[in-house]
Amino acid sequence: MIGAMCLGIPGRIVDLEDDRGLRMGRVEFGAIRREVCLEYVPDAQPGDWVLVHVGFALSRIDEAEASRIFELLEQMGELEEGA
Amino acid sequence: MRYLDEYRDADAVRAIAAAIHEATTRPWVIMEVCGGQTHSIVRYGLDTLLPDAIELVHGPGCPVCVTPLTMIDRAHAIAAREGVVFCSFGDMLRVPGSRGDLLSRKSEGADVRVVYSPLDAVRLAEAHPDREVVFFAIGFETTSPANAMAVKVAARRGLTNFSMLVSHVLVPPVIDAMLDAGDNRVQAFLGPGHVCTVMGTRQYEAIAARHGVPIVISGFEPLDLLDGVRRAVIQLEAGEARVDNAYARAVRPDGNPASRAVVDEVFEVCDRDWRGVGPIAASGLRLRAAYRDHDAAARFAVEDLRTAEPAECISGRVLRGLAKPSDCPAFGTRCTPEHPLGATMVSSEGACAAYFAYRADDLVTLGGGAR
Amino acid sequence: MSDDDAACPLPASRYERVVLGHGSGGRLSADLLADVFLAGYGDRGPDAREDSATLAVEAGRIALTTDAFVVHPRVFPGGDLGALAVYGTVNDLAVSGAVPRWLTAAFVIEEGLEVAELAALVASMRAACERADVTLVAGDTKVVDRGKGDGVFVTTTGVGVIPPGRSLSATAARPGDAVLVSGTMGDHGIAILSVREGLTLEGPVRSDAAPLASLVEAVLAAAPDARCLRDPTRGGLASTLNELAGASAVGIELDEPAVPVGDAVRGACEILGLDPLHVANEGKLVAIVPESSADAALSAMRAHPLGERAARVGRVVESRPGTVVLRTALGTRRVLSMLSGEALPRIC
Repeated sequence: MIGAMCLGIPGRIVDLEDDRGLRMGRVEFGAIRREVCLEYVPDAQPGDWVLVHVGFALSRIDEAEASRIFELLEQMGELEEGA
Repeated sequence: MRYLDEYRDADAVRAIAAAIHEATTRPWVIMEVCGGQTHSIVRYGLDTLLPDAIELVHGPGCPVCVTPLTMIDRAHAIAAREGVVFCSFGDMLRVPGSRGDLLSRKSEGADVRVVYSPLDAVRLAEAHPDREVVFFAIGFETTSPANAMAVKVAARRGLTNFSMLVSHVLVPPVIDAMLDAGDNRVQAFLGPGHVCTVMGTRQYEAIAARHGVPIVISGFEPLDLLDGVRRAVIQLEAGEARVDNAYARAVRPDGNPASRAVVDEVFEVCDRDWRGVGPIAASGLRLRAAYRDHDAAARFAVEDLRTAEPAECISGRVLRGLAKPSDCPAFGTRCTPEHPLGATMVSSEGACAAYFAYRADDLVTLGGGAR
Repeated sequence: MSDDDAACPLPASRYERVVLGHGSGGRLSADLLADVFLAGYGDRGPDAREDSATLAVEAGRIALTTDAFVVHPRVFPGGDLGALAVYGTVNDLAVSGAVPRWLTAAFVIEEGLEVAELAALVASMRAACERADVTLVAGDTKVVDRGKGDGVFVTTTGVGVIPPGRSLSATAARPGDAVLVSGTMGDHGIAILSVREGLTLEGPVRSDAAPLASLVEAVLAAAPDARCLRDPTRGGLASTLNELAGASAVGIELDEPAVPVGDAVRGACEILGLDPLHVANEGKLVAIVPESSADAALSAMRAHPLGERAARVGRVVESRPGTVVLRTALGTRRVLSMLSGEALPRIC
């Protein structure tokens, strides 16, 4: 298994579960589903995207921030065409 | 796959690479901190897309690589104990100690298991009350919330047969130590994206200010890394030295306070020995006294650890960006992923291992990085 | 399943579990042989009255190969140990250009293995022999103490006959040749790992275990001047191409975006930190053919049920002999080595 230490993968929360008081959930990564601990993202709900590292969600993925680089790229593209 | 594929788009990557070419007027030395970032750079050949004036050097952000030899030997000794189920991430399995690795211990009869999450080790402890389950807790700040939660859960469930061998390391102290060293060449950093999802970005402001280096917190996909370089170059060219969050989709300035609270509850800062670098004050984490029952170092007295580091290894220089893997006379001959001599070859995230797998120095550029 | 199978339930045995006596060569062994093996193999099995199978073979060359199978878990989506034990060996014959004909199967069974599981294994082998059109002509069974054997290990040896005029060899690749694959990479290894790692898959990834002889015949009919064929098993496509590059002392350039990979396999590889190019396949073909025959070979593959997603993925070059260079989706290049860092144990 390469690079497991830094490996943080984005996944989508499918549903929430409780394991004896521990907030867990099933998270979908493409066509794969795995059980993930959601204790550190208490506001995350099914449908949200989270970053998962060693079986724990560490943060929610902010869609608006995610698009920023692509907005920049679009602008760059426009500048090029205009030049 | 969403939030991955779009950051690997060839056109987008090329466009950012072109922007870097336009912005660069002078030579710059930039270091990416995380082993995962190194891996991505070498795996996608990203440095071949950069102007020649930009030199990317690989940092010490590979927790497997920097785990001290004494700690590895201690882990092996514990794993060899009768009745112990030794759990670890896959990365640690082939890390050589003074005598063999965990796989050798397994072949000698040790019960060594690879786990994906520290909670898997806790479950093993629940399932096998008659065995002593030990989890090898290494990693940077990124992994500390998971490891802290595992200990909390074990304590809460009253497990008396679960313990952790802790060797956590922290990023800011090693960056500081590197920048303080007289032979430092690094002028800007691509900061550790996943560490910062936990820690936030504020810790790096003091470092940027004190040393006058830009720190761009970056992700791990090709587009993330190139955008990190782009932003670093823009600052360098303008003589700025700020912290810039280029991984804002996952990193908040304040990180994840809930996770830090649990880490603070379970761990405390301590001095740590870094393999290849040496001792750095206040650069590690250990279990607090309250959790001593779950501290494998306390639980398993291991005497007589005689560690022996191969003399040829130049890991220390590689980790600080002072040498490339191919500068080492043992690289690829006496030192390979199958028979690693030191820190940076032991893990697939280490610079030497990454170079070996992808033979970066051999790379042929296909049409360069511009349009 | 044929009518015969429907009428014939799993063979009965007096014991629910295999005991040491089943391997001792006496009465119990004979019972196990008759009740489980011979009854299970049916007309695809050996004549157990003789000590050796004596076979008439046409003049020419035979191909001979052997493989041990220790896959864990023994049953996985898309196959099991039995199917692998047949297809793995049959395919080694097929890619050498031989028509697979006969197999032997030696079993080392751990005391305590459920007879029902053994019978299911045999049934699976029988079905695989049927599909691959081979006969199991000899076998052996040993039993080891509980704790000394992890269930059951199977070793199969295969014999095939090489039609005259065929010469396929790993040393035959030449600069300018095309590199083709018959379909998606990584299915088998991920199918195994998904069970081991407890990955739930939306639609489970199924092993691609399959007999390749008819696909090979189709390719050779369309491209009789094919240089070499391989089935990329352990180590994946990367390892196979490295072996071929080394054997032929040529370079190979592989176009990463051109390599077909299933979505679920891609996702699993992300999570597990694996490269699909390093993951095992058990029902895929790599073919190196002269450029002039490439289109014909590709069409032949695509027309075959096992080759629907066949693709041209690379070419043989003169530069950097023994090395495989990968062109990534970004257009950058790097070396694709045989090493993947962590070996995946017990995939086959």
